[in-house]
Amino acid sequence: MKELMLTNRAVARGAYEAGVKVLSAYPGTPSTEIAENFVKFDGVYAEWAPNEKVALEVAVGASVAGARAMACMKHVGLNVAADPLFTAAYTGVNGGLVIVVADDPGMHSSQNEQDSRYYARSAHIMMLEPSDAQEAKDFTKLAFELSEKYDTPVLIRLTTRVAHSRSLVELGEREELPLRPYEKSVTKYTMMPASAILRHQVVEERDVELANAVNTMSVNRVERSRRGSKIGVVCSGVVYQYVKEALPDASIFKVGTIYPLPIKAIEKFASTVQQLYVIEELEPFIEDRLKAAGIKCRGKEIFSLQGELSVLKILEKFNRSVPVPVPEKVPGRPPVMCAGCPHRGVFYVLSKLKLTVNGDIGCYTLGAVAPLSAVDTVLCMGASVGMAHGFKKATGGESHNIAVIGDSTFLHSGITGLINAVYNESGITLVILDNSTTGMTGHQDHPATGKNLKGEKAPAVLLDDICRACGVKDIAIVDAYDIKAVEEAVKNALASKEVSVIIAQRPCVLLDKRVRPTVMVVDGCRNCGKCMKIGCPAISRTESGVRIDPVQCTGCGVCAEVCPFGAIKESER
Amino acid sequence: MNILIAGVGGQGTLLASKVLGRYAVLCGKDCKLSEVHGMSQRGGSVTTHVRIGDRVHSPVIWPGAADVILAFEVLEAARVRHFLRPGGILLVNDVKILPMPVITGAAKYPEGLKEKMLEDINGAYFIPAAAIAEEAGSSRAANVVMLGAMCRLFGFDKEKMVEAVTDCAPEKFRELNLKAFALGYERVK
Repeated sequence: MKELMLTNRAVARGAYEAGVKVLSAYPGTPSTEIAENFVKFDGVYAEWAPNEKVALEVAVGASVAGARAMACMKHVGLNVAADPLFTAAYTGVNGGLVIVVADDPGMHSSQNEQDSRYYARSAHIMMLEPSDAQEAKDFTKLAFELSEKYDTPVLIRLTTRVAHSRSLVELGEREELPLRPYEKSVTKYTMMPASAILRHQVVEERDVELANAVNTMSVNRVERSRRGSKIGVVCSGVVYQYVKEALPDASIFKVGTIYPLPIKAIEKFASTVQQLYVIEELEPFIEDRLKAAGIKCRGKEIFSLQGELSVLKILEKFNRSVPVPVPEKVPGRPPVMCAGCPHRGVFYVLSKLKLTVNGDIGCYTLGAVAPLSAVDTVLCMGASVGMAHGFKKATGGESHNIAVIGDSTFLHSGITGLINAVYNESGITLVILDNSTTGMTGHQDHPATGKNLKGEKAPAVLLDDICRACGVKDIAIVDAYDIKAVEEAVKNALASKEVSVIIAQRPCVLLDKRVRPTVMVVDGCRNCGKCMKIGCPAISRTESGVRIDPVQCTGCGVCAEVCPFGAIKESER
Repeated sequence: MNILIAGVGGQGTLLASKVLGRYAVLCGKDCKLSEVHGMSQRGGSVTTHVRIGDRVHSPVIWPGAADVILAFEVLEAARVRHFLRPGGILLVNDVKILPMPVITGAAKYPEGLKEKMLEDINGAYFIPAAAIAEEAGSSRAANVVMLGAMCRLFGFDKEKMVEAVTDCAPEKFRELNLKAFALGYERVK
């Protein structure tokens, strides 16, 4: 029987069946579950790396050593890994090397909507794009074959709707492959000008060879209309699935190789239809290439560059007389910090002190949301530290700003920013919100948690030791629930001219299984609304006073600390 | 058959969709599910899409195409009701969870949502799923109560649904979930 499988798991399964020995990744929605599922197989090695650059370098190393290897990341992670990516295109591989990148059109859980297909083209790395779980598994296996056959890394691109959908998958057996022998080759693996100049020629020859080969690959296929429709559509990924439903009469060219594109095959297809459309999410990647090749087509003149497509959006554009239902106007329900979230008290303090907060990427980005409204800037992983330094340098040290970063993000790319602040003497204050996990992506371990991807005990790096080694002398460690201590630490740090770090510790409340007594409102509530300012979803206000939902309350006690009348107390058990 | 499940992050929309996916597999049908992970799960609105048929392409349901909407909260039902096709069934867990803009006073929880849905939609049903789940042992099993009610309203194969619940529920909560399913099934006659 076929198995209903999350596409990310199908990618992991494909890697397993392809005999992959080493996988390295950094968590990032919508790519996280690939590593989490791969590690469950016997006889494989998989790890969380501190960032995507390291993950890719690990995979390249394993490939050169002769194993099939994989690195997985979300779209913005590929920016971090871009440095090894571009040169791995030159070195090529020994064991097959596949890099999975998951884009997020519509920004379900991301800070931008970049189209990673351009990486394939500018790095000259072959890219495949599957459209469901079965294809994801098949394409993963194919990617390893192609990688070894053409001596190239291969990218697999997913988007949220593919990565996070489940569909039926037929399981196969694992192919056990011996390590390919490693042979020293300075001209292939040592990229310095003399050898890289030679490898660049190889890359170009490979590009030409692949550009021809893709025209006859079965992952690029034509589905001819049975009803003699005059419309032809070029599409790939989840958009292919939408087109199948919205335009069942159209002839379809389903693209499996995003780079190189099967231009000759598409040209032939174009000559058999009266009107050719390219339907793709985000940028006109395919469309521009077709137009450059002189193939007449329509695409982004009718479809948006932004957000996701859907069956309905395609139906609308083709003037089908579909009624488009109008959504009801109701109040939004944005995501919020959980009741008992240890970040809440810290942001309450920063908001109260009216600081400009340079924030970062994680659950604590939600510190920007009302009523805390504490965060001013969010750019990319690790940017809080560099931006805080820039604020100080621009204002001659006068800016009233502070940097806030999570533990996982600090290890990912905050450390170099901190070294810069010490070295170039900006005197910034950095708060590390240490909740002992990578929270937003669903609780993954990292180098400071003491556990590895398998859940086994692992050496834990100490955040305060790292800060000290970076040259920070002023380091305070506080309990994130103790907001008086947090406030005092922040005030002390701001008063210092040197770089200061405050580590606010408390495990993520969703992982902290300790049972604490919940709190309740007792007599004395004057309904002043002060406790409403912490934005806790367990607290609501009625005409007669404040109510704390005992089901949601975790007993963190932050509301009791801010209550000026002592009206919030531990409830009796 | 298109089933849209809507709720608030943490209400168990994922388990409900897994049960329906398992049901589809047991019936030998093609099936696709689409879910949302990451930021939206932190107490925000979440939707999970379930599509069952002989051949399913899009993993996502579009406005006007849902045969059934399972809404785990009243405001969330109103938010997605335009996904329902004419003649479709809207099954709502009759509870209100206040969103942050309402808690802070920036917005009001709209009045009369339930009445309006009952008036506009012939196939609208409101059941106190959380209270029924409490009878089974925990209000957290409201999602499975909803599946029980839906199974009867839509004439799903009860035995196969029970099997799907058994397969998908964590062992610790299996009995609780089966009881919740039975109570939900009984509720809508």
